[in-house]
Amino acid sequence: MPNLKTIKLPKLLIFAAVLYAAIEILYKTDLMNGYILHIINQSLIYVILAVSLNLINGITGQFSLGHMGFAGVGAYVSGTLTTLIFKLSPSAPGGMLVFIASIVAGGIAAAIIGFLIGFPSLRLKGDYLAIVTLGFGEIIRTVFNNIDYVGGPRGLLGIPKFSNFTVIFVAAFLTIVIIRNLIESSHGRAMLSIRENELAAELVGIDTTKYKVLAFSIGAFFAGIAGGLFAHLLQLAHPTQFGFIKSVEVLIMIYAGGVGSITGSTVAAFALTFLSEGLRLGIRFVADTTGLPIGGEWRMVIYSLLLIFIMLFRTEGLMGTKESRLIKIGEAD
Amino acid sequence: MGSIFNAQQIVNGLQVGSIYALIALGYTMVYGIVRLINFAHGDFYMIGAYASYGAFFLFNAFFAGKTGILAFIVLVASMLAGGLIAMLANRLAYRPLRYKPKLSSLITAIGVSMFLEYFFSALPMIGPSYRSFPDILPRVEINLGIATISNYVIIDIAVAAVLMVGLTILVRYSVLGKAMRAVSQDKDAARLMGIDIEKVIGYTFMIGGAFAGVAGLLAGMTYPRIFPYMGIQPGLKAFIAAVLGGIGSIPGAVLGAYIMGLAETFASAYNSLIGEGIAFAILILVLLIRPRGLLGEKTADKI
Repeated sequence: MPNLKTIKLPKLLIFAAVLYAAIEILYKTDLMNGYILHIINQSLIYVILAVSLNLINGITGQFSLGHMGFAGVGAYVSGTLTTLIFKLSPSAPGGMLVFIASIVAGGIAAAIIGFLIGFPSLRLKGDYLAIVTLGFGEIIRTVFNNIDYVGGPRGLLGIPKFSNFTVIFVAAFLTIVIIRNLIESSHGRAMLSIRENELAAELVGIDTTKYKVLAFSIGAFFAGIAGGLFAHLLQLAHPTQFGFIKSVEVLIMIYAGGVGSITGSTVAAFALTFLSEGLRLGIRFVADTTGLPIGGEWRMVIYSLLLIFIMLFRTEGLMGTKESRLIKIGEAD
Repeated sequence: MGSIFNAQQIVNGLQVGSIYALIALGYTMVYGIVRLINFAHGDFYMIGAYASYGAFFLFNAFFAGKTGILAFIVLVASMLAGGLIAMLANRLAYRPLRYKPKLSSLITAIGVSMFLEYFFSALPMIGPSYRSFPDILPRVEINLGIATISNYVIIDIAVAAVLMVGLTILVRYSVLGKAMRAVSQDKDAARLMGIDIEKVIGYTFMIGGAFAGVAGLLAGMTYPRIFPYMGIQPGLKAFIAAVLGGIGSIPGAVLGAYIMGLAETFASAYNSLIGEGIAFAILILVLLIRPRGLLGEKTADKI
């Protein structure tokens, strides 16, 4: 078989199309209500976030703690753009095209900022990226809080609702395919080699800094896209949506799913978004029925224990580095 | 309004720097010995503050009016709480992962940090809201003409200085200090020399945690309010201070912390947003210009 790629891609495409049709039919026939569809939309956005963070943390072996900060950049840039354009001319033609263009602009802005903060920290070996991205996440929140033009602490309100299931689904699908193809390319192999042994990678002539910065910027780009989709789904962008804790939620997804596994990240993004929603309802139910003063903090207590236990007992995550057959290319299965 | 560089700001900067220094020492010692950024370190500071708060109300009934005894009890409580929680975190969460990839301990540290913060704010008797810290000692403002200094500021600076001198003596002259330096230089060689590495690491965590606990008490007394998330910002800034001074270096951490405290105070006096961002700007500059920090040692890659 000369080119397995052409044979494998349609399989993933067919699977995605069937999944898309199934959800659409369930929703259209009222078998699934808007609430569930909303959670599915959120899960799909988290798929973009988790898969792109996996490129940085899982594939390249670096450690970013500010992924949601990049999503924030994307959300604010694209949200400001669409709000501005449709305020100037409410009946601007090609609304969807303008929306997609501003989402991409948000992604590019996030990638540029990712490059700017990735370069100084990725030049070095060690955990500097962790602390720089942690600081970045806090800074970006403070900046949004202090810019009056984008609403300051109130957040950016009145963003037009453009994100729908179709757009988000296509974006998530494209993210998976693009990052999958990147990993299977020679660039992706270079990134993997950095994770396996940075020194050895350098010794065989791989420009480790270049590939680390590349992976980081691409990851930031997709995070920016996800942020833009979020802003146009919830119709607002708020500084607290993009804080450190939110970044850790994405981090838990990739370590729960498996370090370096796109399949794992995708499954975990869905599972944890639904778990999170379930915990919220469950905690409220327990608090209401027993009258105990139980707050939403318990959700994060459970999350943090989950993270610790995954690390202690299954360091490589639930899926490990395994991939679904749908994702793999180039392997004669 | 005069210049932002006046005596008042310098004193305030030294006070903030003293608190950062106590936290940064724990970061740098732990990093020096196990190469782990202990994200939960800022939360040891928070626990120290809550422990002293609890101890104050517990013992206030017995020693009402005897300020000296109370202050001593509160100090011991903060040290014990910080030290114990640090040792526990090391024993339960970090030690099982000692020989696993480094990233897993780092992620576990984030988990421990989040757990402590949210568990404390979820507990009904602590809760997520602010609490005002009681005045353990009477507050006195001393007017020096060029600056007005509260006695609390003097206490912060003095307690930090005494503890740092104590730590220097411990690390330089005691057997434990010698063992700590040996383990940070070469773990395997230290083990071959008969040093119980895990014990030394445990003590290092304990000393670092105790220092962070005292910093929590001092911050609680000075600002005077405490809350479960109080450790995040000072923890981050103290870590940056440790990187600035050269992570792994004890004098470096102190130097970095004072520079950081002064820089932040001056910048905040100029503009509050710049004050928030100055730490981050310092971090980026250090990484670009001198990644090993001011007093850090140059390390070569071992092949």
